Amino acid sequence: MPLEISGLVKRYGRGADAREVVRGLDLKLQRGECFALLGPNGAGKTTTLRCALGLTEASAGHIRLCGLPVPGQAREARARVGVVPQMDSLDPDFTCAENLIVFAGYFGIHEREIRPRVPELLAFAGLEGKETARIQSLSGGMKRRLTLARALVNRPELLVLDEPTTGLDPQARHLIWERLRRLTAEGTTILLTTHFMDEAERLAHRLAILDTGRILAQGSPREVIAAHIEPQVVEVFGDWTEADSAGGSGAAAWAAAHAGALSHRCEISGETAFCYTDDAPPLLAHLARQPGLRTLHRPANLEDVFLKLTGRELRD
Amino acid sequence: MPRSEAPPIPVTAHFAPPRLSLRLVAVWRRNFLVWKKLALPSIVGNLADPVIYMLGLGYGLGLLVPEVEGVSYIAFLAGGTLAYSTMNAATFEVLYSGFSRMHVQKTWEAIMNAPIALDDIVAAELVWAASKSCLAGVAILAVIAAFGFTTSPLALAAIPVVFLTGLCFAALGLIMTALAPSYDFFMYYFTLFITPMTLLSGVFFPQGQLPDSVQAIAAALPLSHAVSLIRPLLLGHVPAQIGLHLGVLALITVLAFWLALGLTRRRLLK
Repeated sequence: MPLEISGLVKRYGRGADAREVVRGLDLKLQRGECFALLGPNGAGKTTTLRCALGLTEASAGHIRLCGLPVPGQAREARARVGVVPQMDSLDPDFTCAENLIVFAGYFGIHEREIRPRVPELLAFAGLEGKETARIQSLSGGMKRRLTLARALVNRPELLVLDEPTTGLDPQARHLIWERLRRLTAEGTTILLTTHFMDEAERLAHRLAILDTGRILAQGSPREVIAAHIEPQVVEVFGDWTEADSAGGSGAAAWAAAHAGALSHRCEISGETAFCYTDDAPPLLAHLARQPGLRTLHRPANLEDVFLKLTGRELRD
Repeated sequence: MPRSEAPPIPVTAHFAPPRLSLRLVAVWRRNFLVWKKLALPSIVGNLADPVIYMLGLGYGLGLLVPEVEGVSYIAFLAGGTLAYSTMNAATFEVLYSGFSRMHVQKTWEAIMNAPIALDDIVAAELVWAASKSCLAGVAILAVIAAFGFTTSPLALAAIPVVFLTGLCFAALGLIMTALAPSYDFFMYYFTLFITPMTLLSGVFFPQGQLPDSVQAIAAALPLSHAVSLIRPLLLGHVPAQIGLHLGVLALITVLAFWLALGLTRRRLLK
Protein backbone atom coordinates (compact mmCIF):
# COMPACT_ATOMS: atom_id res chain seq x y z
CA MET A 1 0.00 0.00 0.00
CA PRO A 2 1.51 3.39 -0.94
CA LEU A 3 0.43 5.09 2.28
CA GLU A 4 -1.26 3.89 5.41
CA ILE A 5 -1.93 6.22 8.33
CA SER A 6 -3.76 5.22 11.48
CA GLY A 7 -4.55 7.20 14.59
CA LEU A 8 -2.29 10.10 13.61
CA VAL A 9 -2.04 12.83 16.24
CA LYS A 10 0.19 15.88 15.97
CA ARG A 11 0.41 18.15 18.94
CA TYR A 12 2.42 21.36 19.30
CA GLY A 13 3.46 22.79 22.63
CA ARG A 14 2.91 21.08 25.94
CA GLY A 15 0.73 21.30 29.03
CA ALA A 16 -1.94 23.98 28.98
CA ASP A 17 -0.54 25.51 25.77
CA ALA A 18 -0.71 22.25 23.80
CA ARG A 19 -2.52 22.55 20.51
CA GLU A 20 -3.65 19.50 18.53
CA VAL A 21 -3.33 20.16 14.82
CA VAL A 22 -4.12 16.60 13.75
CA ARG A 23 -6.51 14.68 15.99
CA GLY A 24 -6.75 11.00 15.23
CA LEU A 25 -6.56 10.68 11.46
CA ASP A 26 -6.88 7.42 9.51
CA LEU A 27 -6.07 7.17 5.83
CA LYS A 28 -5.36 4.36 3.38
CA LEU A 29 -4.31 4.98 -0.20
CA GLN A 30 -4.89 2.31 -2.85
CA ARG A 31 -2.26 1.78 -5.53
CA GLY A 32 -2.95 3.85 -8.64
CA GLU A 33 -5.61 6.09 -7.19
CA CYS A 34 -5.68 9.84 -6.85
CA PHE A 35 -6.65 10.83 -3.33
CA ALA A 36 -7.41 14.44 -2.38
CA LEU A 37 -7.22 15.92 1.09
CA LEU A 38 -9.64 18.83 1.17
CA GLY A 39 -9.78 21.35 3.94
CA PRO A 40 -9.79 25.04 4.80
CA ASN A 41 -6.55 26.77 5.85
CA GLY A 42 -5.29 25.35 9.11
CA ALA A 43 -7.23 22.09 8.78
CA GLY A 44 -4.06 20.03 9.19
CA LYS A 45 -3.44 19.06 5.55
CA THR A 46 0.19 20.11 5.29
CA THR A 47 1.00 18.79 8.77
CA THR A 48 -0.44 15.41 7.76
CA LEU A 49 1.80 15.36 4.68
CA ARG A 50 4.87 16.36 6.71
CA CYS A 51 4.20 13.54 9.17
CA ALA A 52 3.66 11.06 6.33
CA LEU A 53 7.01 11.99 4.77
CA GLY A 54 8.82 11.77 8.10
CA LEU A 55 9.71 15.48 8.11
CA THR A 56 8.20 15.91 11.54
CA GLU A 57 7.52 13.35 14.21
CA ALA A 58 3.92 12.41 14.99
CA SER A 59 2.80 12.72 18.61
CA ALA A 60 0.93 9.41 18.23
CA GLY A 61 -0.19 6.98 15.56
CA HIS A 62 1.28 4.68 12.95
CA ILE A 63 2.47 5.56 9.44
CA ARG A 64 3.69 3.30 6.66
CA LEU A 65 4.95 4.95 3.50
CA CYS A 66 5.54 2.63 0.52
CA GLY A 67 5.36 -0.24 2.99
CA LEU A 68 8.07 1.16 5.28
CA PRO A 69 7.58 2.48 8.81
CA VAL A 70 7.83 6.26 9.28
CA PRO A 71 9.82 7.87 10.82
CA GLY A 72 12.01 4.74 11.33
CA GLN A 73 12.72 4.22 7.64
CA ALA A 74 11.41 7.51 6.29
CA ARG A 75 14.58 8.18 4.33
CA GLU A 76 14.36 4.85 2.47
CA ALA A 77 10.64 5.37 1.87
CA ARG A 78 11.18 8.86 0.45
CA ALA A 79 13.45 7.36 -2.21
CA ARG A 80 10.23 6.01 -3.79
CA VAL A 81 8.15 9.16 -3.37
CA GLY A 82 7.99 12.42 -5.35
CA VAL A 83 6.98 15.66 -3.65
CA VAL A 84 5.67 18.93 -5.10
CA PRO A 85 5.80 21.34 -2.16
CA GLN A 86 3.47 24.28 -1.68
CA MET A 87 6.25 26.87 -1.87
CA ASP A 88 8.56 27.20 -4.84
CA SER A 89 11.91 25.66 -3.92
CA LEU A 90 13.65 25.45 -7.28
CA ASP A 91 17.33 26.24 -7.26
CA PRO A 92 17.72 29.77 -8.69
CA ASP A 93 21.43 29.25 -9.33
CA PHE A 94 20.76 26.48 -11.83
CA THR A 95 19.09 26.16 -15.23
CA CYS A 96 16.00 23.98 -15.70
CA ALA A 97 18.05 20.95 -16.77
CA GLU A 98 20.56 21.45 -13.93
CA ASN A 99 17.70 21.60 -11.43
CA LEU A 100 16.57 18.14 -12.54
CA ILE A 101 20.10 16.68 -12.66
CA VAL A 102 21.15 18.02 -9.26
CA PHE A 103 17.88 16.91 -7.67
CA ALA A 104 18.32 13.41 -9.13
CA GLY A 105 21.71 13.39 -7.43
CA TYR A 106 19.95 13.61 -4.05
CA PHE A 107 18.38 10.23 -4.90
CA GLY A 108 21.76 8.78 -5.80
CA ILE A 109 20.89 8.85 -9.52
CA HIS A 110 23.98 9.47 -11.60
CA GLU A 111 24.11 12.26 -14.16
CA ARG A 112 24.63 9.86 -17.09
CA GLU A 113 21.37 8.14 -16.08
CA ILE A 114 19.25 11.27 -15.70
CA ARG A 115 20.62 13.46 -18.50
CA PRO A 116 19.03 11.40 -21.33
CA ARG A 117 15.67 11.68 -19.52
CA VAL A 118 15.79 15.47 -19.11
CA PRO A 119 14.13 16.32 -22.48
CA GLU A 120 11.34 13.82 -21.76
CA LEU A 121 10.79 15.20 -18.24
CA LEU A 122 10.73 18.79 -19.51
CA ALA A 123 8.34 17.82 -22.31
CA PHE A 124 6.04 16.18 -19.77
CA ALA A 125 5.94 19.50 -17.92
CA GLY A 126 5.27 21.42 -21.13
CA LEU A 127 8.74 22.97 -21.00
CA GLU A 128 10.20 21.64 -24.26
CA GLY A 129 13.52 23.23 -25.13
CA LYS A 130 13.88 25.02 -21.79
CA GLU A 131 16.99 23.05 -20.80
CA THR A 132 19.20 26.10 -20.44
CA ALA A 133 16.54 28.57 -19.31
CA ARG A 134 17.21 30.27 -15.98
CA ILE A 135 14.67 29.85 -13.19
CA GLN A 136 14.14 33.61 -12.84
CA SER A 137 12.92 33.73 -16.45
CA LEU A 138 10.07 31.26 -15.78
CA SER A 139 6.48 32.26 -14.98
CA GLY A 140 4.78 30.95 -11.83
CA GLY A 141 3.02 28.25 -13.82
CA MET A 142 6.25 27.14 -15.51
CA LYS A 143 8.00 26.94 -12.14
CA ARG A 144 5.26 24.73 -10.72
CA ARG A 145 5.44 22.49 -13.79
CA LEU A 146 9.22 22.24 -13.47
CA THR A 147 8.72 21.32 -9.81
CA LEU A 148 6.38 18.56 -10.99
CA ALA A 149 9.05 17.32 -13.41
CA ARG A 150 11.60 17.49 -10.58
CA ALA A 151 9.33 15.30 -8.42
CA LEU A 152 9.40 12.62 -11.12
CA VAL A 153 13.19 12.19 -11.46
CA ASN A 154 13.10 9.03 -9.31
CA ARG A 155 10.03 7.54 -11.08
CA PRO A 156 8.03 7.66 -7.83
CA GLU A 157 5.39 5.13 -6.83
CA LEU A 158 3.63 7.85 -4.88
CA LEU A 159 3.45 11.50 -5.86
CA VAL A 160 2.55 13.96 -3.09
CA LEU A 161 1.39 17.43 -4.11
CA ASP A 162 0.65 20.18 -1.62
CA GLU A 163 -1.80 22.61 -3.24
CA PRO A 164 -0.37 22.05 -6.72
CA THR A 165 -2.41 24.69 -8.54
CA THR A 166 -2.75 27.48 -5.96
CA GLY A 167 -1.93 30.79 -7.63
CA LEU A 168 -1.94 29.44 -11.19
CA ASP A 169 -4.00 30.69 -14.11
CA PRO A 170 -6.70 28.42 -15.62
CA GLN A 171 -4.50 27.31 -18.52
CA ALA A 172 -1.72 26.20 -16.21
CA ARG A 173 -4.19 24.44 -13.89
CA HIS A 174 -5.70 22.47 -16.76
CA LEU A 175 -2.27 21.41 -17.99
CA ILE A 176 -1.30 20.17 -14.52
CA TRP A 177 -4.61 18.31 -14.15
CA GLU A 178 -4.13 16.63 -17.50
CA ARG A 179 -0.60 15.53 -16.56
CA LEU A 180 -1.71 14.21 -13.18
CA ARG A 181 -4.46 12.16 -14.86
CA ARG A 182 -1.85 10.79 -17.23
CA LEU A 183 0.32 9.76 -14.26
CA THR A 184 -2.50 7.93 -12.51
CA ALA A 185 -3.37 6.22 -15.80
CA GLU A 186 0.23 4.97 -15.86
CA GLY A 187 -0.15 3.59 -12.34
CA THR A 188 1.35 6.32 -10.14
CA THR A 189 -0.53 6.87 -6.90
CA ILE A 190 -1.26 10.52 -6.15
CA LEU A 191 -1.98 12.24 -2.86
CA LEU A 192 -2.82 15.92 -3.16
CA THR A 193 -4.11 18.63 -0.90
CA THR A 194 -6.29 21.36 -2.26
CA HIS A 195 -8.98 23.81 -1.34
CA PHE A 196 -10.31 23.92 -4.88
CA MET A 197 -13.43 21.77 -5.05
CA ASP A 198 -13.40 21.51 -8.83
CA GLU A 199 -9.83 20.21 -8.67
CA ALA A 200 -10.83 17.47 -6.25
CA GLU A 201 -14.03 16.65 -8.16
CA ARG A 202 -12.17 16.33 -11.47
CA LEU A 203 -9.05 14.54 -10.31
CA ALA A 204 -9.73 12.51 -7.22
CA HIS A 205 -10.96 8.94 -7.23
CA ARG A 206 -11.46 9.37 -3.52
CA LEU A 207 -11.18 12.29 -1.15
CA ALA A 208 -11.34 13.20 2.48
CA ILE A 209 -12.68 16.45 3.87
CA LEU A 210 -10.52 17.54 6.76
CA ASP A 211 -11.16 20.22 9.34
CA THR A 212 -9.55 21.00 12.70
CA GLY A 213 -7.40 17.91 12.36
CA ARG A 214 -10.18 15.37 11.80
CA ILE A 215 -11.66 13.70 8.73
CA LEU A 216 -15.30 14.75 8.45
CA ALA A 217 -16.18 12.81 5.29
CA GLN A 218 -14.43 10.32 3.08
CA GLY A 219 -15.23 8.50 -0.16
CA SER A 220 -15.53 9.10 -3.90
CA PRO A 221 -16.74 12.62 -4.81
CA ARG A 222 -20.18 11.20 -5.72
CA GLU A 223 -20.41 9.16 -2.53
CA VAL A 224 -19.48 12.12 -0.38
CA ILE A 225 -22.06 14.33 -2.07
CA ALA A 226 -24.75 11.64 -1.85
CA ALA A 227 -24.03 10.89 1.79
CA HIS A 228 -23.81 14.42 3.13
CA ILE A 229 -26.15 16.68 1.24
CA GLU A 230 -29.52 16.96 -0.49
CA PRO A 231 -29.16 16.43 -4.25
CA GLN A 232 -30.65 19.76 -5.44
CA VAL A 233 -29.67 23.33 -4.68
CA VAL A 234 -31.67 26.43 -5.50
CA GLU A 235 -29.76 29.65 -4.97
CA VAL A 236 -32.08 32.61 -4.43
CA PHE A 237 -31.06 36.26 -4.62
CA GLY A 238 -32.47 39.66 -5.63
CA ASP A 239 -35.26 41.94 -4.32
CA TRP A 240 -38.25 40.77 -2.41
CA THR A 241 -40.81 42.48 -0.18
CA GLU A 242 -44.14 41.08 0.92
CA ALA A 243 -46.98 43.46 1.64
CA ASP A 244 -47.73 41.98 5.06
CA SER A 245 -44.15 41.18 6.09
CA ALA A 246 -42.92 42.66 9.33
CA GLY A 247 -40.08 44.39 7.57
CA GLY A 248 -36.87 43.44 5.82
CA SER A 249 -36.41 42.68 2.19
CA GLY A 250 -34.32 40.60 -0.15
CA ALA A 251 -33.54 36.91 -0.26
CA ALA A 252 -32.97 36.66 3.48
CA ALA A 253 -36.44 38.02 4.25
CA TRP A 254 -37.96 35.73 1.66
CA ALA A 255 -36.13 32.76 3.16
CA ALA A 256 -37.33 33.63 6.66
CA ALA A 257 -40.92 33.66 5.40
CA HIS A 258 -41.00 30.71 2.98
CA ALA A 259 -37.84 28.63 2.75
CA GLY A 260 -38.65 26.48 5.75
CA ALA A 261 -41.80 25.11 4.15
CA LEU A 262 -40.42 24.74 0.61
CA SER A 263 -36.92 23.34 1.16
CA HIS A 264 -35.27 20.84 3.41
CA ARG A 265 -32.61 23.20 4.64
CA CYS A 266 -31.71 26.78 3.82
CA GLU A 267 -28.52 28.73 4.49
CA ILE A 268 -28.03 32.45 4.08
CA SER A 269 -24.65 33.69 2.91
CA GLY A 270 -24.40 37.39 2.20
CA GLU A 271 -27.21 38.32 -0.18
CA THR A 272 -27.95 34.78 -1.26
CA ALA A 273 -30.15 32.04 0.18
CA PHE A 274 -29.02 28.48 -0.57
CA CYS A 275 -32.01 26.13 -0.44
CA TYR A 276 -31.19 22.42 -0.31
CA THR A 277 -33.96 20.00 -1.30
CA ASP A 278 -34.84 16.56 -2.70
CA ASP A 279 -37.85 18.00 -4.50
CA ALA A 280 -37.20 21.26 -6.32
CA PRO A 281 -40.35 21.77 -8.51
CA PRO A 282 -42.71 23.17 -5.82
CA LEU A 283 -39.98 25.57 -4.68
CA LEU A 284 -39.26 26.64 -8.27
CA ALA A 285 -42.97 27.09 -8.97
CA HIS A 286 -43.28 29.37 -5.93
CA LEU A 287 -40.17 31.34 -6.91
CA ALA A 288 -41.53 31.85 -10.42
CA ARG A 289 -44.31 33.93 -8.84
CA GLN A 290 -41.83 36.28 -7.07
CA PRO A 291 -40.84 38.77 -9.80
CA GLY A 292 -37.95 40.46 -7.92
CA LEU A 293 -36.14 37.25 -7.06
CA ARG A 294 -33.67 35.51 -9.28
CA THR A 295 -32.82 31.85 -8.96
CA LEU A 296 -30.12 29.39 -9.92
CA HIS A 297 -31.10 25.73 -9.84
CA ARG A 298 -28.25 23.22 -9.92
CA PRO A 299 -27.22 19.80 -8.61
CA ALA A 300 -25.39 19.85 -5.28
CA ASN A 301 -21.62 19.71 -5.56
CA LEU A 302 -18.60 19.15 -3.40
CA GLU A 303 -18.41 22.80 -2.41
CA ASP A 304 -21.87 22.56 -0.86
CA VAL A 305 -20.73 19.55 1.18
CA PHE A 306 -17.52 21.32 2.12
CA LEU A 307 -19.34 24.44 3.31
CA LYS A 308 -21.92 22.37 5.16
CA LEU A 309 -19.24 20.42 7.00
CA THR A 310 -16.69 23.15 7.64
CA GLY A 311 -18.98 26.17 7.97
CA ARG A 312 -19.08 29.45 6.12
CA GLU A 313 -17.01 31.63 8.41
CA LEU A 314 -13.61 32.83 7.17
CA ARG A 315 -10.42 30.96 8.02
CA ASP A 316 -7.05 32.62 8.27
CA MET B 1 -5.56 -0.67 14.99
CA PRO B 2 -5.31 0.49 18.63
CA ARG B 3 -4.09 4.02 19.07
CA SER B 4 -0.77 4.15 20.89
CA GLU B 5 -0.19 7.30 22.88
CA ALA B 6 3.46 8.05 22.31
CA PRO B 7 4.97 10.35 24.91
CA PRO B 8 5.53 13.94 23.73
CA ILE B 9 8.84 14.35 21.95
CA PRO B 10 11.37 15.44 24.55
CA VAL B 11 13.37 18.58 23.79
CA THR B 12 16.53 16.51 24.13
CA ALA B 13 15.59 14.54 20.99
CA HIS B 14 16.66 17.55 18.95
CA PHE B 15 20.10 17.28 20.51
CA ALA B 16 20.57 13.56 19.89
CA PRO B 17 23.86 12.70 18.14
CA PRO B 18 23.91 13.28 14.36
CA ARG B 19 22.91 10.43 12.05
CA LEU B 20 24.82 10.92 8.84
CA SER B 21 24.84 9.17 5.47
CA LEU B 22 27.00 9.43 2.39
CA ARG B 23 24.13 11.22 0.62
CA LEU B 24 25.61 14.38 2.13
CA VAL B 25 28.13 14.26 -0.72
CA ALA B 26 25.28 15.14 -3.14
CA VAL B 27 24.47 18.23 -1.06
CA TRP B 28 28.13 19.26 -0.91
CA ARG B 29 28.30 18.77 -4.68
CA ARG B 30 25.26 21.01 -5.21
CA ASN B 31 27.05 23.87 -3.45
CA PHE B 32 30.26 23.14 -5.33
CA LEU B 33 28.45 23.26 -8.70
CA VAL B 34 26.95 26.66 -7.84
CA TRP B 35 30.36 27.92 -6.72
CA LYS B 36 31.99 26.62 -9.91
CA LYS B 37 29.70 28.87 -11.96
CA LEU B 38 31.06 31.91 -10.18
CA ALA B 39 34.44 30.56 -9.10
CA LEU B 40 36.59 33.40 -10.39
CA PRO B 41 34.65 36.31 -8.86
CA SER B 42 34.28 34.25 -5.70
CA ILE B 43 38.02 33.63 -5.36
CA VAL B 44 38.83 37.24 -6.21
CA GLY B 45 36.25 38.38 -3.63
CA ASN B 46 37.75 36.19 -0.94
CA LEU B 47 41.28 37.13 -1.95
CA ALA B 48 41.20 40.85 -2.65
CA ASP B 49 40.24 42.14 0.76
CA PRO B 50 42.79 40.23 2.89
CA VAL B 51 45.58 40.71 0.35
CA ILE B 52 44.99 44.46 0.17
CA TYR B 53 45.03 44.68 3.97
CA MET B 54 48.14 42.54 4.17
CA LEU B 55 50.07 44.55 1.60
CA GLY B 56 48.77 47.90 2.81
CA LEU B 57 49.43 47.32 6.49
CA GLY B 58 52.50 45.19 5.83
CA TYR B 59 54.32 47.72 3.71
CA GLY B 60 52.79 50.80 5.33
CA LEU B 61 53.06 49.92 9.00
CA GLY B 62 56.07 47.79 8.17
CA LEU B 63 58.04 51.00 7.67
CA LEU B 64 57.37 51.96 11.29
CA VAL B 65 57.70 48.45 12.70
CA PRO B 66 60.89 47.00 11.29
CA GLU B 67 60.67 43.60 13.00
CA VAL B 68 58.16 41.63 15.01
CA GLU B 69 59.25 38.48 16.83
CA GLY B 70 62.36 38.38 14.72
CA VAL B 71 60.76 38.62 11.25
CA SER B 72 59.63 41.48 9.00
CA TYR B 73 56.19 42.82 9.91
CA ILE B 74 54.69 41.68 6.61
CA ALA B 75 55.96 38.13 7.07
CA PHE B 76 54.46 38.20 10.57
CA LEU B 77 51.19 39.51 9.16
CA ALA B 78 51.00 36.87 6.39
CA GLY B 79 50.16 33.99 8.75
CA GLY B 80 47.58 36.07 10.61
CA THR B 81 46.00 37.11 7.34
CA LEU B 82 45.64 33.53 6.17
CA ALA B 83 43.99 32.57 9.48
CA TYR B 84 41.49 35.41 9.75
CA SER B 85 40.54 35.36 6.07
CA THR B 86 39.76 31.64 6.42
CA MET B 87 37.57 32.46 9.39
CA ASN B 88 35.78 35.16 7.43
CA ALA B 89 35.24 33.03 4.32
CA ALA B 90 33.76 30.13 6.31
CA THR B 91 31.65 32.44 8.46
CA PHE B 92 30.21 34.37 5.51
CA GLU B 93 29.38 31.15 3.69
CA VAL B 94 27.33 29.57 6.49
CA LEU B 95 25.74 32.82 7.62
CA TYR B 96 24.65 34.55 4.44
CA SER B 97 24.70 31.81 1.81
CA GLY B 98 23.58 29.16 4.30
CA PHE B 99 20.67 31.30 5.49
CA SER B 100 19.65 31.90 1.87
CA ARG B 101 19.57 28.18 1.20
CA MET B 102 17.79 27.35 4.44
CA HIS B 103 15.29 30.17 4.74
CA VAL B 104 14.95 32.21 1.57
CA GLN B 105 15.35 29.76 -1.32
CA LYS B 106 13.97 26.76 0.63
CA THR B 107 16.76 24.67 -0.87
CA TRP B 108 17.07 22.57 2.29
CA GLU B 109 13.31 21.95 2.31
CA ALA B 110 13.47 20.65 -1.25
CA ILE B 111 16.41 18.39 -0.41
CA MET B 112 14.60 16.97 2.63
CA ASN B 113 11.85 15.70 0.32
CA ALA B 114 14.51 13.48 -1.24
CA PRO B 115 16.01 10.61 0.78
CA ILE B 116 18.34 12.97 2.63
CA ALA B 117 17.93 13.91 6.27
CA LEU B 118 18.46 17.35 7.78
CA ASP B 119 21.55 16.00 9.60
CA ASP B 120 23.18 15.29 6.22
CA ILE B 121 22.32 18.76 4.94
CA VAL B 122 23.78 20.61 7.93
CA ALA B 123 26.90 18.42 7.85
CA ALA B 124 27.26 19.07 4.12
CA GLU B 125 26.99 22.83 4.73
CA LEU B 126 29.72 22.55 7.39
CA VAL B 127 32.12 20.66 5.13
CA TRP B 128 31.27 22.82 2.13
CA ALA B 129 31.99 26.09 3.97
CA ALA B 130 35.31 24.66 5.16
CA SER B 131 36.10 23.55 1.60
CA LYS B 132 35.30 26.96 0.17
CA SER B 133 37.37 28.75 2.82
CA CYS B 134 40.18 26.33 2.11
CA LEU B 135 40.02 27.07 -1.62
CA ALA B 136 40.27 30.77 -0.82
CA GLY B 137 43.04 30.03 1.68
CA VAL B 138 45.10 28.19 -0.91
CA ALA B 139 44.76 31.20 -3.22
CA ILE B 140 45.95 33.54 -0.45
CA LEU B 141 48.80 31.19 0.38
CA ALA B 142 49.82 31.28 -3.29
CA VAL B 143 49.90 35.09 -3.18
CA ILE B 144 51.92 35.01 0.04
CA ALA B 145 54.41 32.60 -1.53
CA ALA B 146 54.55 34.61 -4.77
CA PHE B 147 55.55 37.71 -2.79
CA GLY B 148 58.18 35.62 -0.99
CA PHE B 149 56.66 36.10 2.49
CA THR B 150 56.91 32.37 2.98
CA THR B 151 59.60 30.16 1.53
CA SER B 152 59.35 27.03 3.68
CA PRO B 153 57.77 23.81 2.35
CA LEU B 154 56.20 23.56 5.83
CA ALA B 155 53.75 26.21 4.59
CA LEU B 156 51.96 23.41 2.73
CA ALA B 157 51.13 21.87 6.09
CA ALA B 158 49.09 25.01 6.77
CA ILE B 159 46.49 23.86 4.21
CA PRO B 160 44.93 21.13 6.40
CA VAL B 161 45.06 23.56 9.33
CA VAL B 162 43.19 26.09 7.19
CA PHE B 163 40.57 23.40 6.47
CA LEU B 164 40.19 22.66 10.20
CA THR B 165 39.93 26.40 10.91
CA GLY B 166 37.20 26.57 8.27
CA LEU B 167 35.32 23.68 9.91
CA CYS B 168 35.58 25.33 13.32
CA PHE B 169 34.19 28.70 12.20
CA ALA B 170 31.59 27.11 9.93
CA ALA B 171 30.30 25.15 12.91
CA LEU B 172 30.19 28.28 15.10
CA GLY B 173 28.47 30.22 12.30
CA LEU B 174 25.86 27.51 11.79
CA ILE B 175 24.67 28.16 15.36
CA MET B 176 23.91 31.76 14.33
CA THR B 177 22.23 30.61 11.10
CA ALA B 178 19.97 28.27 13.09
CA LEU B 179 18.93 31.15 15.37
CA ALA B 180 18.69 33.97 12.82
CA PRO B 181 15.28 35.52 12.13
CA SER B 182 16.78 37.53 9.22
CA TYR B 183 20.06 38.61 7.65
CA ASP B 184 20.29 41.64 9.98
CA PHE B 185 20.87 39.31 12.91
CA PHE B 186 24.34 38.42 11.59
CA MET B 187 25.56 41.95 12.20
CA TYR B 188 25.60 41.21 15.95
CA TYR B 189 27.77 38.16 15.39
CA PHE B 190 30.29 40.15 13.39
CA THR B 191 30.47 43.23 15.61
CA LEU B 192 30.32 41.39 18.94
CA PHE B 193 32.34 38.26 18.16
CA ILE B 194 34.23 38.11 14.86
CA THR B 195 35.70 41.63 14.77
CA PRO B 196 36.88 41.77 18.42
CA MET B 197 38.33 38.28 18.02
CA THR B 198 40.27 39.35 14.94
CA LEU B 199 41.86 42.15 16.95
CA LEU B 200 42.61 40.02 20.03
CA SER B 201 43.92 36.86 18.39
CA GLY B 202 47.37 38.05 17.39
CA VAL B 203 46.55 38.59 13.73
CA PHE B 204 47.94 42.15 13.49
CA PHE B 205 50.18 42.28 16.55
CA PRO B 206 51.59 39.79 19.07
CA GLN B 207 49.23 38.93 21.93
CA GLY B 208 52.03 39.88 24.34
CA GLN B 209 51.12 43.51 23.63
CA LEU B 210 47.72 43.04 25.26
CA PRO B 211 47.14 43.86 28.95
CA ASP B 212 47.78 40.80 31.14
CA SER B 213 44.15 40.47 32.13
CA VAL B 214 43.05 40.26 28.50
CA GLN B 215 45.80 37.90 27.39
CA ALA B 216 44.33 34.81 29.07
CA ILE B 217 40.94 35.36 27.44
CA ALA B 218 42.53 36.18 24.10
CA ALA B 219 44.60 33.02 24.11
CA ALA B 220 41.45 30.91 24.51
CA LEU B 221 39.73 32.36 21.42
CA PRO B 222 39.44 29.89 18.53
CA LEU B 223 41.18 32.24 16.10
CA SER B 224 44.19 32.44 18.46
CA HIS B 225 44.66 28.69 18.12
CA ALA B 226 44.47 28.93 14.32
CA VAL B 227 47.03 31.77 14.29
CA SER B 228 49.31 29.85 16.67
CA LEU B 229 49.40 27.00 14.18
CA ILE B 230 49.43 28.79 10.81
CA ARG B 231 51.99 31.56 11.50
CA PRO B 232 54.88 29.26 12.56
CA LEU B 233 54.22 26.92 9.63
CA LEU B 234 54.48 29.83 7.19
CA LEU B 235 57.66 30.97 8.88
CA GLY B 236 59.11 27.49 8.52
CA HIS B 237 58.98 25.97 11.99
CA VAL B 238 56.81 23.46 13.75
CA PRO B 239 54.29 25.19 16.05
CA ALA B 240 54.59 24.85 19.80
CA GLN B 241 51.79 22.92 21.57
CA ILE B 242 50.56 21.64 18.24
CA GLY B 243 48.34 18.98 19.82
CA LEU B 244 46.65 21.47 22.13
CA HIS B 245 45.79 23.92 19.32
CA LEU B 246 44.55 21.21 16.94
CA GLY B 247 42.60 19.59 19.76
CA VAL B 248 40.86 22.83 20.75
CA LEU B 249 39.87 23.61 17.15
CA ALA B 250 38.56 20.07 16.69
CA LEU B 251 36.68 20.12 19.99
CA ILE B 252 35.03 23.47 19.20
CA THR B 253 34.05 22.09 15.78
CA VAL B 254 32.37 19.03 17.30
CA LEU B 255 30.57 20.87 20.09
CA ALA B 256 29.46 23.78 17.90
CA PHE B 257 28.23 21.45 15.17
CA TRP B 258 26.24 19.42 17.69
CA LEU B 259 24.64 22.56 19.08
CA ALA B 260 23.98 24.01 15.61
CA LEU B 261 22.39 20.76 14.44
CA GLY B 262 20.14 20.59 17.51
CA LEU B 263 19.00 24.17 17.01
CA THR B 264 18.43 23.61 13.30
CA ARG B 265 16.38 20.45 13.95
CA ARG B 266 14.29 22.40 16.46
CA ARG B 267 13.74 25.11 13.88
CA LEU B 268 12.92 23.00 10.83
CA LEU B 269 11.54 19.65 11.97
CA LYS B 270 8.36 20.93 13.58
